Amino acid sequence: MKARHKRFVFVALAILGVGIAAALAISAMRSNLSYFFSPSQVAAGEAPTNALFRLGGLVVKDSLARQGDGLTLTFAVTDNAATLSVSYTGILPDLFGEGQGVVAKGRLGEDGVFYAEEVLAKHDESYMPPEVADSLRPVQAADGTETAAGR
Amino acid sequence: MIPELGHLALILALALASIQAILPLAGSFTHRRSWMAMARPLAWGQLAFLSLAFACLLWAFLSDDFSVLYVARNSNRLMPAVYKVSAVWGAHEGSLLLWALLLGGWGAAVAASGRNLPPQVAARVLSVLGLIGIGFLLFMLLTSNPFTRLFPVPPEGRDLNPLLQDPGLAIHPPMLYMGYVGFSVAFAFAIAALLGGKLDATWARWSRPWTTVAWVFLTLGIALGSWWAYYELGWGGWWFWDPVENASLMPWLVGTALIHSLAVTEKRAAFKRWTLLLALCAFSLSLLGTFLVRSGVLTSVHAFATDPARGTFILVFLCLVVGGSLALYAWRTPEVSGGGRFDPLSRETFLLVNNLLLTAFAALVLFGTLAPLIYEAMGWGKISVGFPWFNRMFLVLMPFLALVLGLGPMTRWKRDQTGRLVKGLGIAALVSLATAGVASLFPPKTTGGSLLVALGLGLAAWVLLAHLAGLRDRLRRRRDIAAVAADLKGGGRGYYGMLLAHLGVAMFIFGVTMVSNFGSEQDIRMSPGDVHETAGYRFRFEGVTTVPGPNYRAVRGRFLVFQGDRQIAVLEPEKRTYFTSPKPMTEAAIDWGFTRDLYVSLGEPLGESGRDGDWALRIYYKPAVRWIWLGGLCMALGGLLAITDRRYRITRRRAKVAADTATARV
Repeated sequence: MKARHKRFVFVALAILGVGIAAALAISAMRSNLSYFFSPSQVAAGEAPTNALFRLGGLVVKDSLARQGDGLTLTFAVTDNAATLSVSYTGILPDLFGEGQGVVAKGRLGEDGVFYAEEVLAKHDESYMPPEVADSLRPVQAADGTETAAGR
Repeated sequence: MIPELGHLALILALALASIQAILPLAGSFTHRRSWMAMARPLAWGQLAFLSLAFACLLWAFLSDDFSVLYVARNSNRLMPAVYKVSAVWGAHEGSLLLWALLLGGWGAAVAASGRNLPPQVAARVLSVLGLIGIGFLLFMLLTSNPFTRLFPVPPEGRDLNPLLQDPGLAIHPPMLYMGYVGFSVAFAFAIAALLGGKLDATWARWSRPWTTVAWVFLTLGIALGSWWAYYELGWGGWWFWDPVENASLMPWLVGTALIHSLAVTEKRAAFKRWTLLLALCAFSLSLLGTFLVRSGVLTSVHAFATDPARGTFILVFLCLVVGGSLALYAWRTPEVSGGGRFDPLSRETFLLVNNLLLTAFAALVLFGTLAPLIYEAMGWGKISVGFPWFNRMFLVLMPFLALVLGLGPMTRWKRDQTGRLVKGLGIAALVSLATAGVASLFPPKTTGGSLLVALGLGLAAWVLLAHLAGLRDRLRRRRDIAAVAADLKGGGRGYYGMLLAHLGVAMFIFGVTMVSNFGSEQDIRMSPGDVHETAGYRFRFEGVTTVPGPNYRAVRGRFLVFQGDRQIAVLEPEKRTYFTSPKPMTEAAIDWGFTRDLYVSLGEPLGESGRDGDWALRIYYKPAVRWIWLGGLCMALGGLLAITDRRYRITRRRAKVAADTATARV
């Protein structure tokens, strides 16, 4: 009987531990999740104004400009339907390029500019972030043309 | 012709694997010795043909045979020969071939050492390895043949991804794969035990050295990968919670739980079912890691859409392995006898807690890695689970692990007294608390970090001191130096290996705490002649020059680093442009040391096309960052030391005797 009690205590402790861990995981998840939006969705007002989210699309050609201090950059991101300007301070990843796919993580400012905290680099240059490929797809289907960067 | 020869060798290896999967297994149930004896030559034959196939692909790379699609995609005439070799496993198809080759190697190793195993066990283990081999070879031949020809033949190859042209990454995948594949041996032993229904301490003793070797390779592989990411990706981070990294961390966590659980099973005949389950999980996660990383499914479910054949094969294979082994587990384990009893205050309890924490963390990592996929598949939107979430989970669970890590080795098996523990560990606990207290007086620059600093340094001290206390007791019992030497020569290596590995954990905690809380990372703009000061070091930017490389051209910056008035280093970071790729590659320059790393990488030129020579730069100060990888190295060396323990050598000689007595006892 005693051994059985002991085992019961162990199992109960384990279940309790797993429960606490799961609760923590899910509650932390809620505050650390970041959703993905395309410029069209932002233009339609679907994106939150005061929360981190990820924005993806193509960097518009010739839109990259440096501000006075040399480290702040602005560029425009498009999904071929809507365009949003993005501001970022820091060094861009090697794989960043105009006319190419990009994913930026940050917040939407009151002025309608997306302030990026992080611009994501991918390890493979032939790689288009899947969300970007996705957000471009409906547009391509609509006008029936293939953009250079579309898959 | 050579590529066709390689293709043929793969097909022959598949044929041998098929026979190996069926014949010895059937023989083990029908008691036909000749069938069981087939397993060994078959395993050797499989290794021979896989080596031949690998040599053929290697030859294709070294001779620049761009008529082979895989070579054309991943190689280039100008590439240095070393990277032509590492390019063999640089992408999907070749890495699968490496996997299969290593599996063949492990199989042959089991065949070679298996003479000490009962013939039934050896036959079953090799059959299971044959089954896994079938899966991989079929996957390769049906969906990812590395020998596919390309027509018309291109005059030049596309080059290996420049990121992968690096010595660290040349040896990282083979190490990692040795670990992944090594868990297949633990898996095969577990399946063989389930099939035979004979689950005793002997089984654990056979499986333990294999599992530890696999774990050692996986540890080294992960440490190398982390080190590579640190210096090559140019962000100065050492872990990104990237799905690719998580895929290797999950089998490591479960594998770590497994080697500890195996210890309990071997010494105390307890945790039998749990150990089996861990062995099954460790290998399943290894498979998941290999497949998902290479197939790109982890980045998006769309990878399935772009290549449905691969995706479907992976899903079916994973389901067969995981489902099949779990079904066998459910069917057989009710017959397993219960293990040895133990008190709440015993080493078993602490090892149980260690196992629960490790597996819980592995489950959380799995959840966080797959959550974006689940969300997307369910149509709940596209999410990403960020860095902070994983960090928080790590911080919630891992301190408890470090706490238990100090207690476990000091506690006796089966039953212990609180008084004895307090006597043994009291000083260590007090000194650790004091360390934490002192550490909290030095608040880091990061907000809210002083608690974390106290926690981290306190725990590092605790793990270190608790083990030193254990060592003191052991030495006291041995009395003189000669006895200690004998201890090291013989049966004590398991203990000293454990000691070294756990000190590695303390080093790891110390490194992580220091670099996360006291490191600094700055993106700045500098003109030639400018001086930037960080953490007591002055960096003077001397400007940039252009230098040629074998298959790239580089812009090289030059920095003089001063501490006080003394020049301590010259740092020359590069920005390389490979001829085959429009994108530049950043090569950071690092002045390394045990106490700190100084890290400079070039961003991009600023101003009117470099008129004034201004550059955007990253200057990092990373205190004690090396301790993270040195800790990993110590863990791996500890594992190596432990498997040279005399216990396993004796096991080999007496395996049969032990098997008989163990059966008699059960």
